[in-house]
Amino acid sequence: MTLAQRGGWITGIGLALLAAVYVRALAFTPVERFQGPAQKIFYLHVPAAWSAMLSMGLVGLGSILYLLVRDARFDRFAAASAEVGTAFSLVMLTTGPIWAKPIWGTWWTWDARLTLTLFLFFLFIGYLLLRGAVTEPGLRARYSAVLGICGLVLLPFIHLSVYLFRTLHPQPIVLKPSAPSLPGSMLVTLLASFAVFTLLYVGFVMQRYAVSLLREARAGEGEGEGEGDHA
Amino acid sequence: MADLLRQAWTVARKDLVLEFRTRTAIVSALVFTALVLTVFNFGRDPTAVPTIDLAPTILWVTFTFAAMLTLNRAFQLELENQALEGLLVSPLNRTSLYWGKLIANLMFVALVESVGLPLFVLFFDVPVGRVLLPLVGVIALATLGFVAVGTLFSALVMRTRFAELLLVVLLLPFLVPPLIGAVQVTALLLGGRPLSEAAGWLRLLAAYDIGFVSLASLLFRFTVDE
Repeated sequence: MTLAQRGGWITGIGLALLAAVYVRALAFTPVERFQGPAQKIFYLHVPAAWSAMLSMGLVGLGSILYLLVRDARFDRFAAASAEVGTAFSLVMLTTGPIWAKPIWGTWWTWDARLTLTLFLFFLFIGYLLLRGAVTEPGLRARYSAVLGICGLVLLPFIHLSVYLFRTLHPQPIVLKPSAPSLPGSMLVTLLASFAVFTLLYVGFVMQRYAVSLLREARAGEGEGEGEGDHA
Repeated sequence: MADLLRQAWTVARKDLVLEFRTRTAIVSALVFTALVLTVFNFGRDPTAVPTIDLAPTILWVTFTFAAMLTLNRAFQLELENQALEGLLVSPLNRTSLYWGKLIANLMFVALVESVGLPLFVLFFDVPVGRVLLPLVGVIALATLGFVAVGTLFSALVMRTRFAELLLVVLLLPFLVPPLIGAVQVTALLLGGRPLSEAAGWLRLLAAYDIGFVSLASLLFRFTVDE
């Protein structure tokens, strides 16, 4: 089985499980007392945010590893992760305002986490634009690795600087020093959704990585015995 | 270390001499700064918004744009006649090359700001006399952060199409933390608040400068070496 096929299978399983998570979230998880049905979007929004953050973290890691060992696989992986991360940040950025309008009474607010995720999105876009603008594969890999590492370092600074304003976003409820402040049934749904989104990330990245391999093969055919094109 | 700095100064001096002989870039940057300030004057309703409320915004948006536009210059001029290849085959340490470009850019932007600040005071009648020293300090802190990242990124985009536009798109997210800090401190200073209230922001600015000057010094060689 090729990489693309394996990625396809994982994505398929992920999507089926996502449907199951939806069923569980809508039918078998209690409605939140204060927010009502609007809170259901939480099971989509928070895991999407997790996958987007995971993508950026792994773009940074792939970039560091590429510059250390100069193996094209890390560059392909970082490129795939950035593209998948862009998709997840879009999910996060669209579901957030839909929830915020009924609950906060506003589509958008410049709170620390919102601003952070918006800039995460801008970073992904900038990273992909830079990749598109450099044609020489070796240069593209090095340039985008430099940008990927800078992006990873930037995010804590953005969070810190915006955090110095007062923040409106719900405080962390799972990853915090004391026990999670979420009823058991909601927590199970949320954690299941986290697992599904992580699986989807893996499936998407595998497929995108396979696309890079195909592009390189095609570029290689065009150039004869060229050095190959890692997109 | 002394050797690194000496080499860096050689590069910076070369850039500044080039700039001084043609003066196109610096004159354009100065005129651009003056024009942005006038645009700000007409881009608001002076009867509705008191200048002092808008002053930090005007100052920092102007400085941010002026800095971004001047940063392209650093490596674009090395592309002509393959000057960059000449620099790279010379026995020049890569970190020194980065520092040299950084110093030249800093002096360039500092010159633009040193004209921009009096113009800003003149046009908008902002009382900066009492806080001039801390204000200049904040400008220096924020500018170092802007230029450290901008110099690295101008090396990234120099060989791409639409380099000027791409630089702005890549760079603006990185200017946000120093911009927020600088605007906040400027607002506190112009509002007559003690500098101690700005301690958190000043620490943030300093941490950003240290973080990105070190990171860019480390990463720069990957942008020029094969």
